[in-house]
Amino acid sequence: MTPISLTRTLLGSAAISLAVLSPALAQTEITFFYPVQVGGPLTEVVDGYVAEFEAQNPDITVEAIYSGSYTDTTTRALTAARSGTPPTVAVMLATDIFTLIDAGVIAPLDEHITTPEDQAWLDGFMPAYLASARLDGHVWGAPFQRSTAVMYYNKEAYAAAGLDPETPPATWDEMVAHGRALTLRDASGTVTQWGLGIPGSSNAAHWLFGALVAQNGGQLSSEDGLHTFFDSPEVIGALEYWVSLGAEHGIHPPGVLEWGTTPSDFMEGRLAMAWTTTGNLGNIRANAPFDFGVAAYPGNPDPASVLGGGNLYLFADASDEEKAAAFRFIKHMTSDDLLADWGIQTGYVAPRDGSWDTQALQDYVAEVPQADVARRQIAVSVPEISTYEGQRVNEVLNAAIQAALTGQQSPADALTAAQAEAERILAVYRD
Amino acid sequence: MISRNARIAWPLLAPAAVLLVVFTFYPTVATLIDALHSTPRGRRPAEWVGGGHFATMANDPIFRQAFVNNLIYAAVIIPASMGLALAMALLVNARIGGRALVRLAFFTPTILPMIAVANIWMFFYAPDYGLIDQVLGLVGLGGNNLLGMPGTALWALIVITVWKLAGFFMIFYLAALQQIPPALLEAATLEGAGPAQRLRRVILPLLMPTTLFILINAVIEAFRLVDHVIALTRGGPNNSTQLLLHYIYQVAFSYWDTGYAAALSVVLLGVLALIALIQFGVLDKRIHYR
Repeated sequence: MTPISLTRTLLGSAAISLAVLSPALAQTEITFFYPVQVGGPLTEVVDGYVAEFEAQNPDITVEAIYSGSYTDTTTRALTAARSGTPPTVAVMLATDIFTLIDAGVIAPLDEHITTPEDQAWLDGFMPAYLASARLDGHVWGAPFQRSTAVMYYNKEAYAAAGLDPETPPATWDEMVAHGRALTLRDASGTVTQWGLGIPGSSNAAHWLFGALVAQNGGQLSSEDGLHTFFDSPEVIGALEYWVSLGAEHGIHPPGVLEWGTTPSDFMEGRLAMAWTTTGNLGNIRANAPFDFGVAAYPGNPDPASVLGGGNLYLFADASDEEKAAAFRFIKHMTSDDLLADWGIQTGYVAPRDGSWDTQALQDYVAEVPQADVARRQIAVSVPEISTYEGQRVNEVLNAAIQAALTGQQSPADALTAAQAEAERILAVYRD
Repeated sequence: MISRNARIAWPLLAPAAVLLVVFTFYPTVATLIDALHSTPRGRRPAEWVGGGHFATMANDPIFRQAFVNNLIYAAVIIPASMGLALAMALLVNARIGGRALVRLAFFTPTILPMIAVANIWMFFYAPDYGLIDQVLGLVGLGGNNLLGMPGTALWALIVITVWKLAGFFMIFYLAALQQIPPALLEAATLEGAGPAQRLRRVILPLLMPTTLFILINAVIEAFRLVDHVIALTRGGPNNSTQLLLHYIYQVAFSYWDTGYAAALSVVLLGVLALIALIQFGVLDKRIHYR
């Protein structure tokens, strides 16, 4: 036997033995789509979580696919589902639930809850976050990367204006009073520092407006996603307040404040108080050249904020084995320890009370007390606006908010027209 | 009986024909069919709606605004970017110092991806501390929220588009200028033509084939280039920067109303086809090809 033919024989027999062995090593393969919405090398962090899961569950292989922004992820997942190759698990916006159910692509999670441990896992989520995943008596998603809107304020500007840096505003009137003290003008009357900024660009207006509406005692949409209340007195009052900040009190920059530049507006000292997400904490902590505080939102009279972020969804087209494997993966990704670590790495709010009891997160809160503000605010936070055809309804609301903020229409006129348009869109889904 | 020529011609044409059918003709026909059906949603399959989408469109204020915005956008961008491109080409074709550097500077915007450009301009346009507002502040005109006010947002986007396109079109003009035989210009000079006359009577007529080519490209870009809308304003504030293609994208991939998006695409296709017909039909006859 020549050396070459010997090699061939060995390779051949190796191939045969592999072929014989492989059924014994049968693997369940699942695919996982996830977006990254905040800064940092987060794909490495997710890959680490996936590797840990695979080490604990050798019979499951997870293909983790970074899929861009939330919008990209939903677009990809829906397109893939339509072409018959959906992912098994994906992180998508909590508010996508109606769109996903209407498209018939996701499966309820509660069907997989069989043991007391599973039930304990489900009960461990904060009710405020789980509420957005419940519909028609089922749980459709597991809260994963959840956020809430908070107010960042410049403590040095507070001290310079003669305000107490440890007492941010608790009511709308106080916020205006603080804003007046914080708004600085130069000799020619040009504003050099604005009191307050609330982003009104199309990617944020509907979200932050939800907080204003809740503070004013109203709500934007019904729990069943079929109704909006844009022309209610509470909603109109909330928009009138927002408009008055600039038009009447002169403490808010004119026009529509861009969401993307709001953190740098704050760090450049252009805004003394800025409304944005907890997800920006890491960025602002690393780059703000002054001492800053994070405050819970004020109220009129009751304080309230709005929840945001994404849930893990299970897709309907997967086989039973894949769904069972995916359910184990979802439980792994939402364990107390993992969500605590994910919160520290990103600034997201861990949506489980158990996570906040872990040593890691307690140490982090001791070092960054601002991180704890979000958790304390959750009790008074409401879900963000969520309806069928959510993006279209949001866009209708955003256009109305922008028309009022830029003085094209009065808040009442803009919101009445928006309500009529939302009615037209949602009427189809009510039969 | 198939001729020998045909037997050879068909296989040779096949690759191009297959690509055209798969990526151009089939999508066009499919779009036309989709435009006449409702959007299938979960439990509700697509139904024949005939001209229903087009009736909706006639009463859709956002579509109307997108259409008007797009006309303004095109009417400014096409002449502005072409005029600027010609001026820059004439400048860098002349004997000036640091010519290579100037050419590179003019061409740089073309090399950058539009999304990167938009993210740079977002900070140029930032109110108060942004570059442009600081310059305006020096002459007492500061405090502008250029992207955040309906009156200025579309113009802010137009400036970016002209800046981005002019450098690209300059390259074509520059190449065409260098093709002009020096003898023609010398002859004109000998006949006593001044610089203005040389430009109007010799250079511009010889540039006409290039101008038509650039014009067609500029029209396409004026309806195609919406990346910066997505990055900067998403059509806001209050739809003041809504453009047709961005609206189609929004309806198709944010709202998932694919039937209506197909109908909007048909309208855009119709508009572009009409413009192309006019360009080829009218202008082509007036152009002197060497």
